[in-house]
Amino acid sequence: MGNMNDFFDTSRKTLQDVEQRLEMPRREFLQFCATLAATMGLPAGAEAAVAKAIEAAKRPSVIWLHFQECTGCSESLLRAEHPTLEKLILDVISLDYHETLMAAAGHQAEAARKSAMKANKGKYVLVVEGAIPVKDNGIYCKIGGQKATDLLKECAADAAAVIAIGSCASWGGMPSTGPNPTGASSVSEILGKVVPTIPGCPPNPYNFLATVVHFLTFGKLPEVDKLGRPKFAYGRLIHENCERRAHFDAGRFAMEFGDVGHRQGYCLYKLGCKGPETYANCSTLGFGDAGENNWPVGCGHPCIGCTEKGVGFEKPIHQVAKMLNVTPPLQYPRIVEEQGKAASFASAAAVAAVAGAAAGAAIMLTRNLGLSHAAEEAERAKDTGAGDSDKRAAVDKAQV
Amino acid sequence: MANNQHAAPAPVGGSLVSALTLTCGVLIALMVAILAVRFLFGLGAVTALNDGYPWGIWIVVDVVIGSAFACGGFSVAMLVYIFNKGEYHPLVRPALLASLFGYTLAGAGVIFDLGRWWNVWNMYWPTSINPNSVMFEVAVCISLYVVVMWIEFSPVVFEQLGKREAKKKVGKAMFFIIALGTVLPMMHQSSLGTMLVVMGAQIHPLWQTPLQPLLYLLTAIAMGYAVVLFESCLTSSAYRRKLETHMLTPLAKVMLGFLAVYLVVRIGDVVVRGALPKAFVPSVEALMFWLEMASFIAPLILIGAESNRRNPAKLFLAGILLMLGGALLRLNGFLIGYETNVGDAGGFTYFPTLAEVLVTAGMFAIEVLGYIIITRRFPVLPREDVQAAH
Repeated sequence: MGNMNDFFDTSRKTLQDVEQRLEMPRREFLQFCATLAATMGLPAGAEAAVAKAIEAAKRPSVIWLHFQECTGCSESLLRAEHPTLEKLILDVISLDYHETLMAAAGHQAEAARKSAMKANKGKYVLVVEGAIPVKDNGIYCKIGGQKATDLLKECAADAAAVIAIGSCASWGGMPSTGPNPTGASSVSEILGKVVPTIPGCPPNPYNFLATVVHFLTFGKLPEVDKLGRPKFAYGRLIHENCERRAHFDAGRFAMEFGDVGHRQGYCLYKLGCKGPETYANCSTLGFGDAGENNWPVGCGHPCIGCTEKGVGFEKPIHQVAKMLNVTPPLQYPRIVEEQGKAASFASAAAVAAVAGAAAGAAIMLTRNLGLSHAAEEAERAKDTGAGDSDKRAAVDKAQV
Repeated sequence: MANNQHAAPAPVGGSLVSALTLTCGVLIALMVAILAVRFLFGLGAVTALNDGYPWGIWIVVDVVIGSAFACGGFSVAMLVYIFNKGEYHPLVRPALLASLFGYTLAGAGVIFDLGRWWNVWNMYWPTSINPNSVMFEVAVCISLYVVVMWIEFSPVVFEQLGKREAKKKVGKAMFFIIALGTVLPMMHQSSLGTMLVVMGAQIHPLWQTPLQPLLYLLTAIAMGYAVVLFESCLTSSAYRRKLETHMLTPLAKVMLGFLAVYLVVRIGDVVVRGALPKAFVPSVEALMFWLEMASFIAPLILIGAESNRRNPAKLFLAGILLMLGGALLRLNGFLIGYETNVGDAGGFTYFPTLAEVLVTAGMFAIEVLGYIIITRRFPVLPREDVQAAH
């Protein structure tokens, strides 16, 4: 990264404030900023902007709604170490409403939400976790007596940005698995527009943090694909950067759990890994701050495609994935190539027989041709001696 | 036309069923059975081919040697039509017939050897061709020549079927077809030698020379005449016809001319490149080299004298020896003198399987059977009664 001082004025007051507020060393804080900037694929030097934005502590108001979900997304965020969500909540954002984290309960909680929405009208960030049921007029999920659909529409109306976190909010996720009894729908479907989504079950917390910090730094959300997923995180197939990709290319597959190939870390494609049809950065961004192997494929389980609509929770886990780019060949070259065998008895005998037959026939024919030639020569010699008249007589005689 | 002074060709007639034709039939049936296995289960199921020896006898014998044996039509046509030696005209049709089968089967033999033969159309498809490849030149040239030869031979079929109009039409374009039929073999017979050149150091120094295309072309022409000697003597014996010694004697002289030029180039090349000492190292390659050279030199000794060239037995033997020499030149270059991946792995080995030998035998059986059927039923050989009175 070069010399930190080139990028930052490490003695500046705000940075020292951050150090105190977050109770983390400056170096660690700057590394965190750099990690986020790198996750977003921002150019070198952008970490400075990121750091400044976090230092500034504008504390935008965030309203976090929970619908049909397991709170796994929040759980995974709580496990993020640099900094902990606790610090992020307290310092970077003003989390005014989060059902599982806030101390308030009942009417007090709803009142906090309403007052935050009123005070930060048009400026707060709305984060939605969980799918929204629409079947039977949306009666299957209510909070404070209010239906999920109504609550979402009400909160989204005045939000500066809406972010759908997790697969449930992104495209229905697990609750929408067939036959989808509650009509679980995504945030986009309810709001009737594409909203930025961070799918995953749960998503990597850094993808969410990076999206929020991008908003803080640049005042807008990062570039997204047509499904609303930030391109920095969901622009490539898991398969493209998978640590086991070399095994795929070489045709080394685990055929069942615990077999020799599986124990040696071979490709999990034939166990149903959905990496080849799932867009996410799982293979490049460590999960849960526990090391780079800490993701499903790294642990030896095939990817289930949780970030991809139509794959995760829809295709059977061990169904072989549809290849979106490279299809593996049916056959691979052998590692040790056969070098050929010496002549077998049958083939040597056959070659000898063919050669012998040809030679024998040639000799016989040559002999016959020689005999006929000798006879002809002898006759000619006789004819020359006997004269022309005799020759004619001899021919006549022969014809008779 | 040159052929006016000769007896017109006529079908030989007679029964098609004999011990020979039945044997051919059995060999062909065996070949078809083996090829069925080959096309269903792949090359590995029937051949001894491996990564070190991707070409076995199907390519070397059926295609490279087979097409050289099939140069009779080209050599005689060149003599008759280009050098205007009309006296050899009766030899054209039988020689052309043998070439026709030789080349058509060589083309088919390539398909047998292609691992993914269903992709073969790419070789001709304008967007996928590779004009810089020697293989492309050989493939296109041989394919074209097969078509050209069928057109060259078509008057025989038209004659027999009584289609005079068709024969007349083809006759008008024949000068062009014949010219093409002379140029094309020169191109691909030399390119077959180029294939050895591009194989570089994998070929033993006795056969690795930039002159290989010229050597292949010279031997192909000489072998063409040798095949005519062989085929004419064989046909006369088998059908109990009068020997065509009066044509074969001067033809043998032409053959010896090409052979002498070849030997000068060949020996000169080996000496100039400094490869000659390799011929005295005790090895299989050296032994095969001397066998090859002996086969080429023997005809010169055997029929070098004019009196010996009148003896059909010696003509026949000389023809066979020259064919053997040409075959050995090709076999030595492509298989005996070919070595790849010498080193830790111990090198590759190849010896044809019984199945491969039987397929090659079946290919030759098709040629023999086809020759018998067509000469007995179509006007290829000169009419015998006129010939006898000649």
